[in-house]
Amino acid sequence: MAVDLDMSQFHEIFFEESREGLEAMESGLLNLDVGVPDPEVVNNVFRAAHSIKGAAGTFGFNNISAFTHVLESILDDVRSRKRGVTQELVDVLLKSVDGLRYMLDCAKSGTKVDEDRIAAIQERLENLPVEEQPRPVGWQIRFVPKPHLLQTGNDPYRLFRELKTLGNLHITPDIGRIPAIDDQDFDPENCYLGWDLLLESDAGMEQIKEIFAWVEGDCDLDIKLSGERRQMVERRRRRDDDADTGQEITGKGQEQVSIRVNIEKIDTLINLVGELVISQSILSHAVTDHDQNQASRLKEIVELLERNTWELQEQAMRIRMQAIDITFQRLPRLVRDLCRSLDKQAELEISGGTTEVDKTVLEKITDPLVHLIRNAVDHGIEKPADRKVAGKSESGSIKISAAQEGGNIIIKIIDDGAGLDAGKILVKAREKGLIADGEDLSLEEIHNLIFLPGFTTAIQVSDVSGRGVGMDVVKRNINDLGGSIELESTQGKGSAFTIKLPLTLAIMDGQLVRIGKEILIIPVLAIVESLQIRKELLNAVAGKTEVYRFRDEYIPLIRLDKVYGITSDLKELTEGLLIVVDTGQQRVGLLADEILSQQQVVIKSLEANFQQISGLAGATVLGDGTVAMIIDVPGLMRHCKGITVASSAGNPAPLP
Amino acid sequence: MNMTATATGLREQDAGTSQYLTFLLAGEEYGVNILKVKEIRGWEQPTLLPNTAEYVLGVINLRGMVVPVMDLRKRFGMQEIELGKTAVVVVVKVTHSGRERTIGLVVDAVSEVYNISEDMIMPSPDLGGTISDEYVKGLVTIQGKMIILLDIDYLINEGMLKDAESSQE
Repeated sequence: MAVDLDMSQFHEIFFEESREGLEAMESGLLNLDVGVPDPEVVNNVFRAAHSIKGAAGTFGFNNISAFTHVLESILDDVRSRKRGVTQELVDVLLKSVDGLRYMLDCAKSGTKVDEDRIAAIQERLENLPVEEQPRPVGWQIRFVPKPHLLQTGNDPYRLFRELKTLGNLHITPDIGRIPAIDDQDFDPENCYLGWDLLLESDAGMEQIKEIFAWVEGDCDLDIKLSGERRQMVERRRRRDDDADTGQEITGKGQEQVSIRVNIEKIDTLINLVGELVISQSILSHAVTDHDQNQASRLKEIVELLERNTWELQEQAMRIRMQAIDITFQRLPRLVRDLCRSLDKQAELEISGGTTEVDKTVLEKITDPLVHLIRNAVDHGIEKPADRKVAGKSESGSIKISAAQEGGNIIIKIIDDGAGLDAGKILVKAREKGLIADGEDLSLEEIHNLIFLPGFTTAIQVSDVSGRGVGMDVVKRNINDLGGSIELESTQGKGSAFTIKLPLTLAIMDGQLVRIGKEILIIPVLAIVESLQIRKELLNAVAGKTEVYRFRDEYIPLIRLDKVYGITSDLKELTEGLLIVVDTGQQRVGLLADEILSQQQVVIKSLEANFQQISGLAGATVLGDGTVAMIIDVPGLMRHCKGITVASSAGNPAPLP
Repeated sequence: MNMTATATGLREQDAGTSQYLTFLLAGEEYGVNILKVKEIRGWEQPTLLPNTAEYVLGVINLRGMVVPVMDLRKRFGMQEIELGKTAVVVVVKVTHSGRERTIGLVVDAVSEVYNISEDMIMPSPDLGGTISDEYVKGLVTIQGKMIILLDIDYLINEGMLKDAESSQE
């Protein structure tokens, strides 16, 4: 039994590493150019496949190992130039990556693999036609020695011999400089020859320069890439330039210096640091209470401790942060596949991939991003022919970028496609009864209609978009993360979505309020305004639901003491305070006894040790070490509706 | 012997003898496997947790972790007493379908640690009433006293969390 446990622990690591390997393969394959492939890219893909094969064999996942073996031998052929890279090859290899991922998922969840599905891919792999790889073209070298070269003891022949060790060498002499034999200045010891050399080799510029190092200054030397190889290297350079600037570009896959740490360990560490912050704040309080003169030295020390603890907490929180690239990396494949199935052309440009966000945010933002990118290709980018007519380049452009702004991360998705058709949206919205016939809307309001539930303009439900899951889900997911999404669109020019998300879900600004003996926390972000209650503005609907006139609207009033079963101190309603919050759908007023301070709170889930509780977003530990509940503002209305339905038979709460 | 007890018995047979921490509830002595016990704390007033079952007293801060505290007397339908200085919270770690939870149980007092071998454990008779015999792993007699060994994983997962969930609706 103990042995089993240990193995499963290793399995976890195997799955994790294989998943990373697959991602490396996928991104490598997407970068693989048809024709003459970049040897480094091929090597990366090959290495990833090789590791998966080895590890799968070790852990007894023989089906994965066998399948990867077929894949590996094809990659080996490509690597050794026995096989050229065709579009078909890349497609089948990508399919194989999918197949492998599926097998890994099955192995992880212990479900049975659909053998036919794998066999089909394997068959395609095995039957791939072998296409000869084009002859590699290498370096074009023009070597024109100065006449005195031979006198320095150098011999061009030796140079050529060394070049030959790098690959095939074609030598074409240039005799144009040889003077006439009867020329007065003719010196038989001078070198009048020049050479044009063609070196078929994937050697680097440095290696070639090194050979010519001895004759440097004694010759005119021009080393150029020739033909396809030049295109390839330029392509690579372009890619590298597109990647984040400011980083040393080596062309090789950058090794990230990281270690694998169980997330639980990190969370424990973060908890302990949080606890340290609390002990520290208790100490601060104790010192303040002390005799002033005696305490001044002590106070200094405590202040130092305070700075250090805050820093420690900030750093500890950062451990949970991950580069958003993890999510972005999936997108090129998505765009490529979509373009192929929709017969469109689009280039995806990614920037700001190194921006870091909390792991939880990262996990939850992936689906909305995939959805937005899918929409951009499906609805945004037009067919190449239409684009040409519109005077655009045939290939569309989609840009996705991430950047940090204060405590938020801003993700922008910009396409140069057709943009939103306001007319179509209006027709659709009327059809669906989302707006009244006579209603007059601004362009912005019309655009925002797409975020309403049940709205989709795709005329036919396609394979790509329009499965009924629409922008409303995207918006809700983002709202649930405490973020927002904005849209800007010009018809014919394209659309731009701006998503704003908190960097972390673990910390937020909280407004502490007191009800009776309990302290509750309201997220500051949700608060619109806090005000003293004026009796004349309070009304009742159906005798029980209380509403309050807030400016020009009536907002429902929620008595927090009733919702959370706490005994309030209030004798008169007017003694209380009303905190107006925005639930995302509407404004509501929350009634509390007293408003206390605002502070940053670390959100702890109730689910971790217990379960989710309706109406609560979680709990936090306050400065004095006690636990306080955090109100789930969007969930509060849902929760209250539940209560009203359940208690509608009971007596209404009397108004004072 | 009922199914649960049999399964538990088999599971722990290879261990032979296990240590049990016992605690008191209204004069009765209950035991839990000591490997399940994380720590024992003095009683402190927990923060109220709204919309939960009556026996969920609230949550406490356990070194930065928010841990629910359950009242075993209330859960077993025993007579309630005012929780004072002598009451203790036994913090246990339970697992359920791969998930680990930390939960505090309020008891009157902790008593002893006993070495109990499997063959000492007798199956519990049909107890009826509020405490389902499924939560009882078996009964043991030590120095003439009866100790009720609890299947703490089952009690908390099936008898409390599921229960609390349904009472929330």
